[in-house]
Amino acid sequence: MTPAVEFRAVSRHFGPASAPIRAVDGVDLTIAEGSFFAMLGPSGSGKTTCLRLISGFEQPTSGEICIFGESVGRTPPHLRNVNTVFQDYALFPHMNVRDNVAYGLMVKGIGRTARYARADDMLALVKLDAYGSRKPSQLSGGQRQRVALARALVNEPRVLLLDEPLGALDLKLREAMQDELKSLQQRLGITFVFVTHDQHEALSMADSLAVFNDGKIAQIGSPSDIYNKPRTRFVADFVGSSNVLPPAVTRALGGPEKWASLRPEAIRLDQTAALTGTVLSQRYLGAGNRVMISTSGVEIAAIVPAGHLLPDIGATIGFGFDPTALHVMDAG
Amino acid sequence: MTAPAILPAKGLADRLTGLFWRRPNVLLTLLIAPPLIWLGVVYLGSLAALLLQSFYSIDEFSGMVVPEFTLKTYAELLRPSNYDVIIRTLLMSAAVTIGCAVLAFPIAYYAARYARGRWKAVFYLGIMLPLWSSYLVKVYAWKLILAKEGILTWAAESIGAAPLLNAALALPGIGGNSLSTSFIGTFMVFVYVWLPFMILPMQAALERVPTSLLEASADLGATRAQTFRSVILPLAMPGIIAGSIFTFSLTMGDYIIPQIIGTSASFIGMAVYQLQGTAGNIPLAAAFAVVPIVIMLIYLALAKRAGAFDAL
Repeated sequence: MTPAVEFRAVSRHFGPASAPIRAVDGVDLTIAEGSFFAMLGPSGSGKTTCLRLISGFEQPTSGEICIFGESVGRTPPHLRNVNTVFQDYALFPHMNVRDNVAYGLMVKGIGRTARYARADDMLALVKLDAYGSRKPSQLSGGQRQRVALARALVNEPRVLLLDEPLGALDLKLREAMQDELKSLQQRLGITFVFVTHDQHEALSMADSLAVFNDGKIAQIGSPSDIYNKPRTRFVADFVGSSNVLPPAVTRALGGPEKWASLRPEAIRLDQTAALTGTVLSQRYLGAGNRVMISTSGVEIAAIVPAGHLLPDIGATIGFGFDPTALHVMDAG
Repeated sequence: MTAPAILPAKGLADRLTGLFWRRPNVLLTLLIAPPLIWLGVVYLGSLAALLLQSFYSIDEFSGMVVPEFTLKTYAELLRPSNYDVIIRTLLMSAAVTIGCAVLAFPIAYYAARYARGRWKAVFYLGIMLPLWSSYLVKVYAWKLILAKEGILTWAAESIGAAPLLNAALALPGIGGNSLSTSFIGTFMVFVYVWLPFMILPMQAALERVPTSLLEASADLGATRAQTFRSVILPLAMPGIIAGSIFTFSLTMGDYIIPQIIGTSASFIGMAVYQLQGTAGNIPLAAAFAVVPIVIMLIYLALAKRAGAFDAL
């Protein structure tokens, strides 16, 4: 099957050629058709630039980008059959919601009746049927987000690009929109490419994801791969709240002398266990408590499920973990 | 000793700040009263006096103003010689406004979207610099530039564009013996002197259009022309209207440029100047002066109806 999007050694440099800023630096990437693909990384890691390379707002300094097998090196944005949901939504403030949604059809020359009918269908899909005649300024953040989504989807793009679309929403709304986006993607079968710096969002929504660092892909794989088997310290550190153990500590814990990651939830407090440490602090998380333990000169986080007895701060405790949870990383 | 919860008021400034905090309206009133008095009495008051004058008439024998309400003076505006002046001024103002808008747009667009740091300063300086020198000097300088023996004719001949220039001057109605004695010349100088007044508001409006809107438009399949028509132009419209208010009304009221450059045909400003001076016909001068006001009000009403302010 032809991948929806393919990057072959793509770089995008900014600034002078003598001292370029390598926003995207030799990225190889394959996004399968119909998948929900997340690009995860801290700000400045190149994920948004990658998205803009797909939409055509940036042109690669070198390398090739293919959309459904066709090289788009010389294709301007308006001729690419992809649509974007912008971070700031970018709704046209002088048009009402219906005209915003119908814009893509309008510029393609579709008649007023037909395009309004389709715009209204799309507004119904995002549950905003009653808001067609409002201006974007009269909507809440979540509603604007839906309009932006409808405006992109009405064009029936083959790939939908979403640039941190949930960043501006409050937690509750964000979670509701996550579910909605996911089910929308499954229903429509369109390839979604989603940029985010929120690891929970990426892990919970994506079929597969790429973790970006410094213009390069640090790891690419399924959410459980990335979460359980981080390839580098950066990935282990950035995705979730894993303990990253230096080689000496890994050995002290019974592993090989290599960098390793250990999930906090894999650690159980157990007075009979061989390993001991000092409790530094504890934090209530709702579903459990996060206990920081000092051992072998490092701090390790452990999750104690709610209902378990909590140790006092400063106490010496024993702890153990499931040896299969200790993930040794191939790269430093 | 612990610090007190309430600090002691020291001096008048603390007490005044306290007063303004307790009664926010006091500060507002103090700030706004002087300009309001100026605006209300000196500014609008004199305008009202002008309006009043336009409803008076002049006694044809004695040349004295008759302070009785009449529409006779307004009727005089419709006499062919006066009516021509109004139409001529109106057409010139419209042409100057369109000329300014067309010239100003690329400059304003560049300044708003691409100029950064030092180039932005260069832009502002470049736009404002002509405003710092005397208007009269500039107009007389233009007379020389546009004269038959002037640099423009010379330049046109040097690059072989003389036939073009002659063809333009041969146009009926707006042509003439030379640029400095034709309506084309008047138009050029008007556009030159009022251009900054169009560029600045236009630039301010364009600056408020986020780049993401233009990207969104392209993303949704729009060509550059469609993006210009459907997104940039409507959003820049309040700025264009603001600029056109300047260029339109400044052209309608000007009496110096058409006197120095052009065919010596009269414009509203010149008519007012002559009527209130040598002719001593204050009511007719006032009636003439009301015309631009009425035209501007009609213009704004039409612009509003066309949706020019929707993006505000």
